[in-house]
Formats: sequence, structure tokens, C-alpha cells
Amino acid sequence: MTGPITDPVTVYVPRDSAATSVGADEVAEALMRAAEAAGQRINVVRNGSRGMLWLEPLVEVVTPLGRVGYGPVRPEDVDGLVAGGMLDGAEHPLRVGVVDELAWLTSQNRFTFTRVGITDPLSPEDYVAHGGLAGLRRALQMSPADVVSEVTDSGLRGRGGAGFPAGIKWKTVGACVDELKFVCCNADEGDSGTFADRMVMEGDPFMLIEGMTIAAHAVGASEGYIYIRSEYPAAVATMRTAIDIARGQGWLGDDVLGSGLRFDLHVRVGGGAYICGEETSMLESLEGKRGMVRAKPPIPAIQGLFGRPTVVNNVLTLTSVPKILADGAQAYQQLGVERSRGTQLFQLGGNIRHGGLVELAFGVTLGELVDGYGGGTRSGRPVRAVQVGGPLGAYVPTADFHLPMDYEAFAAAGAMLGHGGIVVFDDTVDMAAQARFAMEFCAAESCGKCTPCRVGSVRGVEVIDRITAGEHREENLALLEDLCDVMTEGSLCAMGGLTPMPVRSALTHFADDFTAREPNAQTTSAHRGAGTEGMR
Amino acid sequence: MNPTTTRDARLALLVGEIVAAHRSHRGALLPILHALQERMGYVPAEAIPLLADELNLSRADVHGVVTFYHDFRSEPAGRTTVKVCRAEACQSVGAGRLVAHLRDRHGVALGETTDDGSLTAEQVFCLGNCALGPAAQVNGRLHGRLDEARLSALLDAEAVR
Repeated sequence: MTGPITDPVTVYVPRDSAATSVGADEVAEALMRAAEAAGQRINVVRNGSRGMLWLEPLVEVVTPLGRVGYGPVRPEDVDGLVAGGMLDGAEHPLRVGVVDELAWLTSQNRFTFTRVGITDPLSPEDYVAHGGLAGLRRALQMSPADVVSEVTDSGLRGRGGAGFPAGIKWKTVGACVDELKFVCCNADEGDSGTFADRMVMEGDPFMLIEGMTIAAHAVGASEGYIYIRSEYPAAVATMRTAIDIARGQGWLGDDVLGSGLRFDLHVRVGGGAYICGEETSMLESLEGKRGMVRAKPPIPAIQGLFGRPTVVNNVLTLTSVPKILADGAQAYQQLGVERSRGTQLFQLGGNIRHGGLVELAFGVTLGELVDGYGGGTRSGRPVRAVQVGGPLGAYVPTADFHLPMDYEAFAAAGAMLGHGGIVVFDDTVDMAAQARFAMEFCAAESCGKCTPCRVGSVRGVEVIDRITAGEHREENLALLEDLCDVMTEGSLCAMGGLTPMPVRSALTHFADDFTAREPNAQTTSAHRGAGTEGMR
Repeated sequence: MNPTTTRDARLALLVGEIVAAHRSHRGALLPILHALQERMGYVPAEAIPLLADELNLSRADVHGVVTFYHDFRSEPAGRTTVKVCRAEACQSVGAGRLVAHLRDRHGVALGETTDDGSLTAEQVFCLGNCALGPAAQVNGRLHGRLDEARLSALLDAEAVR
């Protein structure tokens, strides 16, 4: 080869599952081949994703200007890109500019996702060089009670969906006297439209380890479990490797960072049951049992895993903790609105042009997220409905795009913020089919312990079918309302209790879709069954 | 020994080996079942009394756990397994078309295996790829931005591997 041998150019190609699902591994291989053929030495780093998922695979080249991005890159684009001077940051139709200067990123409040997409997720040196361990080191110099106070003062609320204040939970566990306590991370991220847990586990796993270790110190726990769903094999592998590395570094084990703290962590893999994202069901599953929901009380903080005092927090709750401890509660508390403090990881998915991860202080409006960051639908058709907060969340019409993203504002509007997932549908969606799906999903995933959920969901599918078939429409609509009441009021947990939320919101905002459909009649509007064709 | 006893003995040996590797773990039934399925491709009914015996549980307990979780199979899957995401985010960009395509072009409905044992199709609710749907896992590997042609190409490629 004739090209001059220069210093290796560092090139980032994400290892995140979203990126590899659209060819990032093949792009990385093609880059190495193309660079070798061009006589250019390169150093390929497999980073997490920046969260601009529509640009994946997003390749970044380190240049004197900064990290210049190209995306979305297909394997067959690579030869042309390299020949066109990509490794010097040259112009190209796929060049998006210096990634750190893109408005989509600079306008966010990347408070917890500071390293995801920037560092090599499994490099402890990278982790420390980018602010890692600062929170844990500070926490270990504080008394456990002071750490709990710091978390309480930050206003941090559980990011799993329920929004319970994290500090209060920790205080309860800390106050229990027991020689064995647990910290459990709920990484059973089963809600459609959510992927932030996965991104952080694949893109910055040490941050979760650090957060759990701080929790262990705060409450006096010695053992931790991360319960990851089996649908996330890459997150499982990355977390397991990161835990091994952390043990080797003395970040876990019998003497964490020389402080005398003893804490060790284990990854457990779920079995494909959505209900195991409910905390008591998850604890049952961790104990090796069927994931049946437990009645509360007793609350897990007092009688949790194997009957011991247990902190159960979501991935995003625990990964918010290191920064809160590093920077102090005040810095976090200053962000957000009302009783929703700090930042939320909004996840834009579904039929959306610019899908991905947007970390912003609470209070941004739904419209700013969907139309602003999201750029509207991928199909180019008008947005008709947005489901916020997962399969148990409400369908919100565009008329409510002014709603601020905070827990209370959403609750007041009959919706829920949940885990921050936002799924966009265009005007071809059939909202009666979506309501039916909510019931069908509940029937498939109910643990079966309580009757309103187990039986109510099956009856819900049937009654919606009768409504759309035009059978005794008014009576069946009244029956559906009644059924929703029973499920809401009588279910043991949020699965049956919240399934009526998408159903009712569909009925309230999109009542026209529930009119009878004649099998041979011409459809009158664009939204007749296109979205769920083949599903019944 | 007749062939059946040999097979039973082999299964007992495998179960014993897997249980021993997890003996020190708390509440280890799920990891044990995952390990068994990874080795055998499914959890055979004959393994249930063996597991119950090893773990000092009732057969009903073990059976209850095996049947509760969607992941554990009671019989082997086809040579290729495709899991199509049917959750809302993928529905919004045409997951239903992939399901219909599997039925029409590949002759397999969700939850079924083709008669020749070449392909098993399953539904899954969310693979965490909600911005790049429709998504599916083919033999454990995640794929995004799928359409009918790309899904067929992936399945055809797996079939000749």
C-alpha cells in the first residue's frame, strides 16, 4: 500500500444493541478492512450510543476539530467514506458535523447520561477520567444517614414509573436492623417505548455499579442483585463483564475502595415475563419462584428479598445517585419543576423521525419532545396519538401537546409519565385496536393472582370486539366502563390497575374509532386497521 | 443398558452438574433452568423430578416455575427461531406486516414451528429497540428497521448456515 503511515486515528463505532441491530458490527469490520487497505492505522473504540438513534450506526472520527460524526453509515458506505477522507473528517453527505456541537445534544441536560456514547463502557480508566467514582468516594466519607439525607434533599423520585421518593425508601431500609440486607436493581425494562435502562447498562455499566454501591453504604446492605430481562442479552453480558472488572479494581468486594465496606453484586436474568418488572413479582422471581405479585404490606423495604430489608430501585434511579453525591443535592434539586426534581430520560420511539434518548429537566412539554426533538413522524403523516409511559400509559392526543412532562401534571390529565417512554402513532392508527391490544397484553402477561386482572383482561378483549362489531354498542360501552372501574379499583398491582388507562384514554379522545365496522363497508377514514393488520 | 436409560442417565448427570455449579447461589432455580435450556435447547419434562429432588422442592413447584415464564420451552424449537416484537412502538411502524409476512411467505404463525422443523416464530413484547422498529430477534440476534424483504433475507441466510 502506498499511503503514508501516520499515527492511528481513533474511530468510535457504537456497540449499543440499537446500533448493532442496524449493522454497527459490520460497519466496524468494514472500517478496519478499508483503513488497512488505505494504509491508515486506526484504533476502533466500541462506545455506547449517543442516543441519536436515527443516525445509527453513527461513526465518530477524532479530528483536531473534535469528534466528527457520520451517520447513518451502512457497511457498503464505508469504502467510499474512507476514500473520501472520512478519517480526516472530510465533507460527505453523511457527515453530521462535530457531534458535541449538535443542537439536539447541546440543548439537553445530560446530567446522568454524561459518559454514555462518549467513553469505552468497559474501560475503568475511561470511567474515572470522566468523573466516575467521585460520588462513591464522597459517599464513603459520609455517614450512611448523611448519604440518605443527600438523596432525600435532591428530590430524586423512583424512575421506574411510580415516582416514589428514593430517599424515604432508603431511610426505611436503613432503619431496619438485620445482618443481611439487599439492594436490588429492577432492570426488567419491559415497557414498550423504553430503552434508557438498556442504553445505560450497555453504555456506562460502572455508573450502575457505583449507584448500587452508594445505596449499599447508605442502608447497610452487603449483597446486590441486578434483575435484567432476558430480551437484553447484550446488557446482561456487559453488566457481567463490568462487575468482574469492578471486583478486580476493588470497586466491589470485601473492602470497597479501601473503606471497609463489603458489597458484592450479581446479575440475574428474567424469564420473559413482563410482570416481573413489578417489584414484588421481581423479588419472587429472584427467589427462584413464579413471578406472582405479593400483597403489600409488608413493603419490600422492610420485608423484601428472602424476607430481608431490601432497596428496590430502577436502573435510572440508581444511576442518578453517583452524580447527586458527586455534585451535591442542590445541583440536582435546582433542575425540574414542582415536585418533579432533576432530569428525566425521555425516550422517543415508535413512528418518529428522530427517535432516541433525550435527557431534560422535568417540565419540557410533550409537544417540544415529539415535534421538536422528534421531528414528527417517520412516515411523514400527521401525528394522531402518543402513548406516554409504556403499555399501561394513556394515549394522548395532539391537543394535549402543551402538557408539561412532570408526574403531577400528567396524573391530573388522566395520564402518567411512567418511565419516560413516548411512542408516536400517525393517522393510520386504529385506536380501538390499540385499546383491544392493551387488554390482550394484560391477558397474556397477568401473573394470575387477582381476578380483576386475570379475568377482567380477557373479558375486556371480548367486550371491545363486541363494540367494534356493533353488538349492543351502548350496553357494551357501559359494561367496558364498569369493567375498567373494577380493574382499576380491585387489582393487586399496576398491571391490572393501569390497563384501563390506555383503554379509557382511547375511548375518551378517539371515540370515533369505536364505531361499528361493517365487514364489507368502505372505510371512511384513513385510520382503519392499517396499524394492526395481521395481528388478529 | 437400553437407550432410554442411557438418555435418562445422561440427563441426570447434566442436571446434577448444572445444579452443582449453582449450589452456592440464593434462589437459583431460574439460573439453573436457563443453563439447562442453553445446553439442551429446552427443558424436558423428565428434568422436573430430577430438579425437584436436587433442590428439595416439590415437582409442582418446579413445574409451576417452568410453565410461568415464556422463555422456557417444553420441546425443542426449530433450527431458526424468530421473535417478532409486537409491542406498541413496533406496531406503529408495521410489526403487523411482519407477522402477516411470516404467515403468508414462511407459513408459520406466532407460537408455531414449521412442519419441517426449520423455523419457529414467536411474539415478544419489546426488545428495547423502539426508535428503530420494527424489530425482531433472529437466533438471539437483534435486528432493527425491518421490512418484509429484509426479514426474509435474514431467515433465508440463517437457513443455509
